[in-house]
Amino acid sequence: MLLRLQGLHPFNPNGMDGMEPTLTFNTVISFITNTNLQHYSGESALSYFSQMAVIMMMMFTSAATGFSVAIAFIRGLTSRGEAIGHFFEDFVKAHTRILLPASFVITLVLVALQVPQTLDPTLTVKTLEGASQQIAIGPVASLESIKHLGTNGGGFFGVNSAHPFENPNPLTNVIEILCMWALPAALPYTFGRFAKSKKQGWVIFSAMMVLFLICLTTVYTAEKAGNPVFDGLGIDASQGSMEGKEVRFGIAGSALFTAVTTAATTGSVNNMHDTLTPIGGLVPMAEMMLNVIFGGKGVGLINMLMYAILAVFLCGLMVGRTPEFLGRKIEPREVKLIAVAILAHPFVILAPTALALMTGAGQAGITNPGFHGISQVLYEFASSAANNGSGFEGLSDNTTFWNVSTGLVMLLGRYVSIIAMLAVAGSLLGKKPVPDTLGTFRTDNALFTGLLIGTVLLIGALTFMPAVALGPIAEYLTIR
Amino acid sequence: MRTHALPAASNNESKSGGSIVWQALRSSLVFIVLCGIIYPLVSTGAAQLLFPDQADGSLVKDGNGQIVGSALIGQPFKDPEYFQGRVSSIDYNAAGSGSNNYAPSNPALLDRTKASISQWKTENPDVPVEQLPIALITNSGSGLDPHITPQSAAVQIPRISKLTGLDEAELKLLVEANTEGRSLGLFGEIRVNVLKLNLQLAERLESKSAASNMKG
Repeated sequence: MLLRLQGLHPFNPNGMDGMEPTLTFNTVISFITNTNLQHYSGESALSYFSQMAVIMMMMFTSAATGFSVAIAFIRGLTSRGEAIGHFFEDFVKAHTRILLPASFVITLVLVALQVPQTLDPTLTVKTLEGASQQIAIGPVASLESIKHLGTNGGGFFGVNSAHPFENPNPLTNVIEILCMWALPAALPYTFGRFAKSKKQGWVIFSAMMVLFLICLTTVYTAEKAGNPVFDGLGIDASQGSMEGKEVRFGIAGSALFTAVTTAATTGSVNNMHDTLTPIGGLVPMAEMMLNVIFGGKGVGLINMLMYAILAVFLCGLMVGRTPEFLGRKIEPREVKLIAVAILAHPFVILAPTALALMTGAGQAGITNPGFHGISQVLYEFASSAANNGSGFEGLSDNTTFWNVSTGLVMLLGRYVSIIAMLAVAGSLLGKKPVPDTLGTFRTDNALFTGLLIGTVLLIGALTFMPAVALGPIAEYLTIR
Repeated sequence: MRTHALPAASNNESKSGGSIVWQALRSSLVFIVLCGIIYPLVSTGAAQLLFPDQADGSLVKDGNGQIVGSALIGQPFKDPEYFQGRVSSIDYNAAGSGSNNYAPSNPALLDRTKASISQWKTENPDVPVEQLPIALITNSGSGLDPHITPQSAAVQIPRISKLTGLDEAELKLLVEANTEGRSLGLFGEIRVNVLKLNLQLAERLESKSAASNMKG
């Protein structure tokens, strides 16, 4: 509503008009589900009032919702027969004790480091050469802090954290990376505390960390190696693939941001993922397809625990031990629910991708020829389903087809797995704890960390390999 | 969103559906006001009070106090007497932001790069193309990159020296004066701010022409 009636807002110095209906549909779902996929450019489509009262507000609440669900899930797994908590209490506390104070402090730090925060309209300046230059500006810093703390990722400007106002120097780059990283990475530890076994928390954390380091190394190496297409031109290409990247961040700052933003399901970008080299672009795609490496507010932990239960189940079957996790028996009901959640994710990515590639309305959005076009579509739906929100931004996605399809995928991607996993938590909660015996399969040691990583890679690779082979891998082979 | 997550909370609640909806609506209103209005306005007030220059966009003024742009936003420099920034397909129009988003395999990327190289060759006949760094002829992510690499500045010195008559050594010093190091000596890349560099270059040229006018 607020977006449609934008023409009437206060704080609208640049005179933005109301938003088109399907785009509004997409935008609202996008921010409510913590996805922050943006089919608009903030500087040219939103009033300051929309940026504040709609976008910033939803950034807070969707992050707090994710937190509350994660905590409810953890309580379900760990508490001994107590309730899984009160949603409103967790929800309000997440705001008042964590998100609001932290955002305010980080906003001021960012402003000190040159991120603008003003209600003045777009500036017009006379450049050194005497031409006229317009510079869009606004309350950027206050959005920037919650965007990363809440792992939301929707930028004030169209190019997100690549814009010099959103991310003016390497120091703000590091602060933004830490902000989106800190809270999701802290959740495995929280889990360990609730489970009264810190070791269990560290097992989950190390599994995430190992997968993350593999991803980071791959994207850095691929980008540093550069684009082989430029090899014959005789220029100095030793810096790596700089297309779509900012000089102040270089390859290292860009690669780190890319690996973290898709791991933490933030979806903000400081370089254009569409221009990444094929293997470099494969990494963020894979992180969103697995959707377990740290993850946004709670989602990554929930998914990782889902894989942990699955790993227990598989290994328990193989070695003939009773499948138990945290002293609770894993039975057909839980495994069925987990199967629903695990299958839902690839389904809402691959089915719409196939649909988009077959229909004219879907194909119309593709802007890069060849195999990269498939990657663009695949990335868009992976990003929607994983509630990440970054994009291969070349895709012309502000059309009815793309607004509606990705809107639905975002809804399904977020809520199907949340509902299934809360049902698992509820069902485990009702069970009588079984005491640890010699026959219990241990889940808090290095062996289990390895098994967990194996389960994630095996299931992820098997599901997505064919699609990935058609997109990035085929592109890699053509320009090699 | 809240109604979706409610089953979790309501498992152990004896509340009727109506009161939960009312609770959800009421908290929505509270959070719109708290997070959507009070938070950004208080932040703006505090930012304007504590760091007014940064909060207004780090604007840069010339010798006469005239605003010539923002230190953070690149500008198009067409005149070959100036140092030039990176190729921008939006021509540094900061009302928006963006780039072509060409995939590495897109033939248009190769064509655009070849065109930039041949333009470079005509404008800089004295510098071998092997020294042309890739960063200078690629698009940045934002299309507004205010920086170039030190090497990108160094390869432009011979051209500018020839056109302006300024000493190469003097230009080198100018570049060094406008070079920013890594943050905390660790993060990011060494870079040159093009607008600040050109501002000083323009002042240097003005005082030089004033001096030669005095003599004449």
